[in-house]
Amino acid sequence: MSKLTLKTEGDTHLVVTRRFAAPPEAVYRAHTDPELLQKWLLGPEGWSMPVCINEARPGGRIRYEWTNGKGGGFYVTGEFLELDPFRRMVHIERMHLPDPTPDNHVETTFDADGMGTLMTMRMTLPDAQTRAAMLATGMEHGMEASYSRLESML
Amino acid sequence: MDVERSLDAAFSALADPTRRAILARLALGEATVTELAEPFAMTQPAISQHLKVLEAAGLIVPRVQGTRRPRRLVKAGIQGMDQWLARMQKALEKNYDRLDQVLATAEAHKKGKTR
Repeated sequence: MSKLTLKTEGDTHLVVTRRFAAPPEAVYRAHTDPELLQKWLLGPEGWSMPVCINEARPGGRIRYEWTNGKGGGFYVTGEFLELDPFRRMVHIERMHLPDPTPDNHVETTFDADGMGTLMTMRMTLPDAQTRAAMLATGMEHGMEASYSRLESML
Repeated sequence: MDVERSLDAAFSALADPTRRAILARLALGEATVTELAEPFAMTQPAISQHLKVLEAAGLIVPRVQGTRRPRRLVKAGIQGMDQWLARMQKALEKNYDRLDQVLATAEAHKKGKTR
């Protein structure tokens, strides 16, 4: 059973939920500590994040740069709007491919759930078309992951 | 076209931001070349070139309507938003499976320290 849910809501929202077997403090830290982020926020197999700036305070900057080590790469920039330590964070982000995509407004909450945490990430895109484009980009990355799995089976 | 080749063609077709934007537009419904060219600072021939790549990858098809040839998404090529969601879910799952590991390591480390 998959622990992750991903749903569209209305025309412009995307909602992701995921449960973790660790308290909200630890999950929140893993979202705001660059050293930890570089260990998991990587996308498909074979990608790494050589640049990770995450200034976890209101107005603080975000900059993540990914590379596949074969000349492929892209980056995300953003700013923190609100932080309620260990419970909630709000930030905006945009992908640079290399042209910037419209701003994605992201609210992430970390709720205690038994011994663990229920994380809810609510993304708001400016319009339906931008949301569709973002899903298409996610599809590309999913395809790359599928493709490398296929390669490893051959 | 065999599975591997069609996957390859679809992957290359999607490796371009203009083509991804065209697919995103077509996900909302059929559109003509003129309509598709509108949001881009590109000529119609340049857009037509992108459409050719998407057609060759089996992601879109034209429909003959008089002199117009509106394009639409191929259902079998892209199972609409549902499949996009499923693909994105896979990419996210990889991240969060790694985060599980990071959290487990941090927890073990903490226990080691307090002992």
